[in-house]
Amino acid sequence: MSHTSSETTWMPTGTTGLIFNEPLLWEQGAEGRCGMSVPESDVLMSPLDSELVGDGPDWPNLSELDVVRHFTRLSQWNFGVDSNMYPLGSCTMKYNPKINERQAALPGFAGSHPLLPESLSQGALKLLYDLERYLAEVTGLPAISLQPAAGSHGELTGMLIFAAYHKAQGKPRHKVLIPDTAHGTNPASAALCGFKSIPLASGEDGILTPEMVDELMDEDTAGIMITNPNTLGLFENNIKEVAEVIHAKGGLIYGDGANMNAVMGIVNMADVGVDVLHLNLHKTFSTPHGGGGPGAGPVCVTEALRPFLPVPRVVKEGDTYRWDEDYPQSVGKVHAFYGNFGVLVRAYSYVLSMGPFLKKASQLAVLNANYIKESLKEVFHLPFDRVCMHECVFTDKYQEQHKVATLDMAKRLMDYGFHPPTVYFPLVVHGAIMIEPTESENKETLDRFIAAMRAIAEEAREHPDLLHQAPRNPKLGRLDETLAARKPCLCG
Amino acid sequence: MRYLPHTSEDIAQMLALVGAESIDQLFEDIPANCRREGELDLPAPLTEWDLNTHMDGLADTMGAAPRYKVYIGAGSYDHFIPEISRQLLLRSEIFTAYTPYQPEISQGTLQTIYEYQTLVTRLLGMDVTNASMYDGASALAEALLMSIRVTKRKKVVVSKAIHPLYRQVVATYFAPTDFEVVELPFGADGRTDLSAVGDLSEIAGVAVQSPNFFGCIEDLKQIGETIHSDKKTLFVVGFSEPLAYGLLKNPGSQGADIACGEGQSFGIPRSFGGPGLGMFSAKQKYVRNMPGRLVGKTVDVDGKSGFVLTLSTREQHIRRERATSNICSNQGLCATASVMYMAALGGTCVRGLAQLNHDKAEYLKAGLKGAGFEVPFAAASFNEFVVKAPAGFAARRDALLEKRIVAGLPIASYYPELADHYLFCATETASKSDMDLLVKEVSA
Repeated sequence: MSHTSSETTWMPTGTTGLIFNEPLLWEQGAEGRCGMSVPESDVLMSPLDSELVGDGPDWPNLSELDVVRHFTRLSQWNFGVDSNMYPLGSCTMKYNPKINERQAALPGFAGSHPLLPESLSQGALKLLYDLERYLAEVTGLPAISLQPAAGSHGELTGMLIFAAYHKAQGKPRHKVLIPDTAHGTNPASAALCGFKSIPLASGEDGILTPEMVDELMDEDTAGIMITNPNTLGLFENNIKEVAEVIHAKGGLIYGDGANMNAVMGIVNMADVGVDVLHLNLHKTFSTPHGGGGPGAGPVCVTEALRPFLPVPRVVKEGDTYRWDEDYPQSVGKVHAFYGNFGVLVRAYSYVLSMGPFLKKASQLAVLNANYIKESLKEVFHLPFDRVCMHECVFTDKYQEQHKVATLDMAKRLMDYGFHPPTVYFPLVVHGAIMIEPTESENKETLDRFIAAMRAIAEEAREHPDLLHQAPRNPKLGRLDETLAARKPCLCG
Repeated sequence: MRYLPHTSEDIAQMLALVGAESIDQLFEDIPANCRREGELDLPAPLTEWDLNTHMDGLADTMGAAPRYKVYIGAGSYDHFIPEISRQLLLRSEIFTAYTPYQPEISQGTLQTIYEYQTLVTRLLGMDVTNASMYDGASALAEALLMSIRVTKRKKVVVSKAIHPLYRQVVATYFAPTDFEVVELPFGADGRTDLSAVGDLSEIAGVAVQSPNFFGCIEDLKQIGETIHSDKKTLFVVGFSEPLAYGLLKNPGSQGADIACGEGQSFGIPRSFGGPGLGMFSAKQKYVRNMPGRLVGKTVDVDGKSGFVLTLSTREQHIRRERATSNICSNQGLCATASVMYMAALGGTCVRGLAQLNHDKAEYLKAGLKGAGFEVPFAAASFNEFVVKAPAGFAARRDALLEKRIVAGLPIASYYPELADHYLFCATETASKSDMDLLVKEVSA
């Protein structure tokens, strides 16, 4: 399959190859097979009371090779960052360095019990302590908890801190302001802490104004949750003034750091008035997303909010490190142990590999996004035409006349060998196409992506059916999501 | 820097197209009073080789298995992990993928999670399992919040024999709400004493853990029957050691409405406590109240069978503040590791492995008894158990660290009434000769 775009004749990155059908696990196997060594017993058997013993799980019995083939074949039906560009907006799908996997798998880390005596945990404690210092330098916020296991877990921790702070002031508050561009996790996290979310429409140019915030802010409002840069890929230029309005009425500023990849080394979050910020280490700090997780969502706060951070905390005394639980105002624990330590090891390894180059990563992420924005704005409608941060948001407005929607273009992009951008988010932009290239992609890859998007825009005019029928190259065509929801089949 | 591909020529060409004179100019839209000056004060970048040396140095300080013999479970267990799972997890199509929002090119992740949901459902004897929670602790907190959503009641009851760190997480999740958490005591045999449960008609859910924190196997059937004397109250069964259900009657068969716990035992390294795996299963009638993602079966345009994320109207990205939970990223790769483990182990071998865990712990229990330790709780246990140590043991335990043996976990900080009590664990990785050595070392 080759396509002609206006400039060049080129081969799309996507093609088809030999992949395998593979049944479900329990549709294969035979009694008598086992895919794992089970040690012979060297002690006496000690039978349990038969009242307690059940039948055991009805799991298939497979050989080791059966299992290897099964998951190898399944992996071939998947698309990862290592396959090709994965410009999923707000998800920062940058390269996940291989060396970080080595570090997390070191027997000293992978084989460590979390409740070891401190004398046998010094390396892990030092790693946690130093990672906190490094993240403090990147965000400008001095006090950090690495415990939250994901971004929304960080948001929850942040909202717990909001609640604990206001309670400590002697006056619990009941509302939180949340802009309409926010991720759905923001209102859901606030609701878990009993806050009512008050939606806030963004202004005409896609950002908040202090006047709008002032209108809604009152003495029963705990504060505001702001994603900055916001989900339109725009910097909230009025953040300082917004923070002044909120602070003047005793509120706090929560910064959703999902988009921190745009501003490392460029904006100090404490200086612009943020009181609590979470980072997504599986976005900005390169840890692999694993098809859904695990992530890590450290929470960074001002000195004034340090007493409220989760426990236990790592403290350093001379050259040794220990756990400290003695913080009476703490919100408590949000994870059974210390969070997703293995993810923190990868992020630490990334920071040590990058050092001050983290700023360069942000600069190049922003350059890449602007390059795509400028290259595509003739063919796709750009609702906010200004310099963007690390992502840009288009719509399907120009394609509507051909009865082609964002979803059709997203699916067609798969045929060209790219993962689609985030689509239909943010909700405030009709038919949104949110593209985040990250700094990892080189110019040639960006050029191929731009050519694919241009070819799709041309197809929308000339051969819209190609788009309606897309994708055709993946193993499966479009899936019936309505059927899945109407007749849920969640277990085989 | 090897992760940054841009040459100065690339940058010049790209800036020309964008219409900017420098990269700094791209940031000029940010008000000057919001921009920071200077460079990040971080250590100079390490080469791959220097990084390896540095990390080896940190990792070498750790008292980790197999160099150390660590007889501690308490929610994090030492089980053999087959090499295939380590290698298959590094298939980068799996580990560098995001949440499967685009099902046509995510069928690998989606079928894997569907298989995970199914094998966990079969293990626990429930009807439906979600795609994972963060860990056993947050799964328990979410289960109790779910019981409140289902029953519209405001009080939950948790056994004191549930992992104390899980109960701390529950307390954190409940602190800003107006819901009440009440604790149930444990009896002299180490199992939950339900007699003080109170008026069930006020209670949304009652949670116990089995095997509980002391390793004791709860009488789930009896507890379930008592709880279900009220038609609405939900019976929540937690666990920190899922391998136990290779042998024991599963929670579903004993009346559980929700079964949730930690899945780390299934092919996931202990890794200093995380990432682990929050398993979360329920009865079918509660599916629309469940937190977390669900993978469901469907067909594509050509009628071919496939999988998608489904019932997402429960979730935060659709329902926002009215969602059943705020969870978005979960522990997908850990769920993947666990389904690989369950598939490799299989229905036959899991029984043998579970029995072996029980036998090893019984052997160690008998050995410690012989060495002057008391076994205070009479209830049957699985692969860990509580002992009361003879005088002078604390100092002996410290001395044994020098010999690379970690002899149990002191639990008095969690249960002040259990001074001098220790929780010991022995799994299939504990050899008879190592346990004999331990017993010899702790003998007075």
